[in-house]
Amino acid sequence: MAADAIADTRRLFTKPQNLNDAYGPPSNFLEIDVSNPETVGVGRGRYTTYEVRLKTNLPIFKLKESCVRRRYSDFEWLRAELERESKVVVPPLPGKALFRQLPFRGDDGIFDDSFIEERRQGLEQFLNKVAGHPLAQNERCLHMFLQDESVDKNYTPSKVRQA
Amino acid sequence: MSFFGFGQSADIDIVLSDAETRKKAEHKSEDGRKDKYFLFYDGETVSGKVNVTLKYPGKRLEHNGVKIEFIGQIELYYDRGNHHEFVSLVKDLARPGELTQSQTFDFEFTHVEKPYESYTGQNVKLRYFLRATVSRRMNDISKELDIVVHTLSTYPELNSSIKMEVGIEDCLHIEFEYNKSKYHLKDVIVGKIYFLLVRIKIKHMEIDIIKRETTGTGPNVYHENDTIAKYEIMDGAPVRGESIPIRLFLAGYEMTPTMRDINKKFSVRYYLNLVLIDEEERRYFKQQEITLWRKGDIVRKSMSHQAAIASQRFEGSSNPERSKSQHAEDEDTS
Repeated sequence: MAADAIADTRRLFTKPQNLNDAYGPPSNFLEIDVSNPETVGVGRGRYTTYEVRLKTNLPIFKLKESCVRRRYSDFEWLRAELERESKVVVPPLPGKALFRQLPFRGDDGIFDDSFIEERRQGLEQFLNKVAGHPLAQNERCLHMFLQDESVDKNYTPSKVRQA
Repeated sequence: MSFFGFGQSADIDIVLSDAETRKKAEHKSEDGRKDKYFLFYDGETVSGKVNVTLKYPGKRLEHNGVKIEFIGQIELYYDRGNHHEFVSLVKDLARPGELTQSQTFDFEFTHVEKPYESYTGQNVKLRYFLRATVSRRMNDISKELDIVVHTLSTYPELNSSIKMEVGIEDCLHIEFEYNKSKYHLKDVIVGKIYFLLVRIKIKHMEIDIIKRETTGTGPNVYHENDTIAKYEIMDGAPVRGESIPIRLFLAGYEMTPTMRDINKKFSVRYYLNLVLIDEEERRYFKQQEITLWRKGDIVRKSMSHQAAIASQRFEGSSNPERSKSQHAEDEDTS
């Protein structure tokens, strides 16, 4: 009974790592930036669009680099689609700020620079959270939002598999 | 004749015959306090004396009998009224009569079967105790002495490693390996995590030990999960081909042996939970059950002969001949 007093704690055998794997680019490269806000239109029809730029080496994305322009309501659409179609707990968007759309404000309302910057940051955080989610990556709506020229709200929801 | 308010009463005291030599073990009570109790193993004899000390010397104590019981019972907290006794032994110490002076009674429960380990959990308690009772018409006088029982096992004949490939298709593939499936309470978990595909941004990885206490049967099954340990094994982002070692010493954690379907009332099982956390705080995990068992200490001369026999009752290979000669060896070296 005395023989096995000290446990063998030596590491298990492991295969040596391939140097290309060790020093090559990682397989999880995914960068999304929301930038360059631009207000388009005149009068009460004005709205702000943001540039959504994506760089990746994930095979699930058809384009390794893409750049599109989207407005806040497009983000709202994406969030609603993901909530309905996937099992993902979708993070919140930055606020809708309806109160900023009321008249007789001292500032520029929803076209105020600091507000747009705050919103831009929130939208960037939202996309980074969502685009990296393995389940969200299977949704057609996400790929359309990120990489198609425009968002077709009449699309047919579907699942995306390896490109 | 005893008058109301001036009746004779007595104090009862239970003293074990080997109280000087028997080891004590720490056991946590329901309120979290740690106390020490005499430690017994399956098959050991429980013997001692019951001292009945009269409160008012000179006065008689009429009684309906004096007895001592050895009880092993399971108590479910949601059903406190019902104690499930799986061991119930009784010895009558005195027939109904009267005590004119304080008296001591000897008792012995020979080679008592103690099939399960003492356990105090979140929703269930399994305990062994002696209870001495002086029965009376109106109210009994009784005293309990709790003991702790440990169940011992030895190195199992079959102890395969756990090795599995898991993941999320096209996102994360890992192969995890733990060197054994059965570990004793002072053992070391040696393992590794090998990354086959990493398309998510992992921030760190940890291994948790989860204790799951299951009570109830059928539709009323209730699981109580408790994370006993959280041990970070990797900080940073791994890539394909990387291997992360695991070395987790179990002696530092308060755990019990795995208890499966004890008397059909409850189970206590342990799981290793491998958790990977990505940069957005998403958690990816894989749970795997391990079996924990209690290893007996090396048989020493000072241990009672009963305990030597008791520690030989275990699963897996055993050689009573070998242990007996070891016992003899200890005597020779003195």
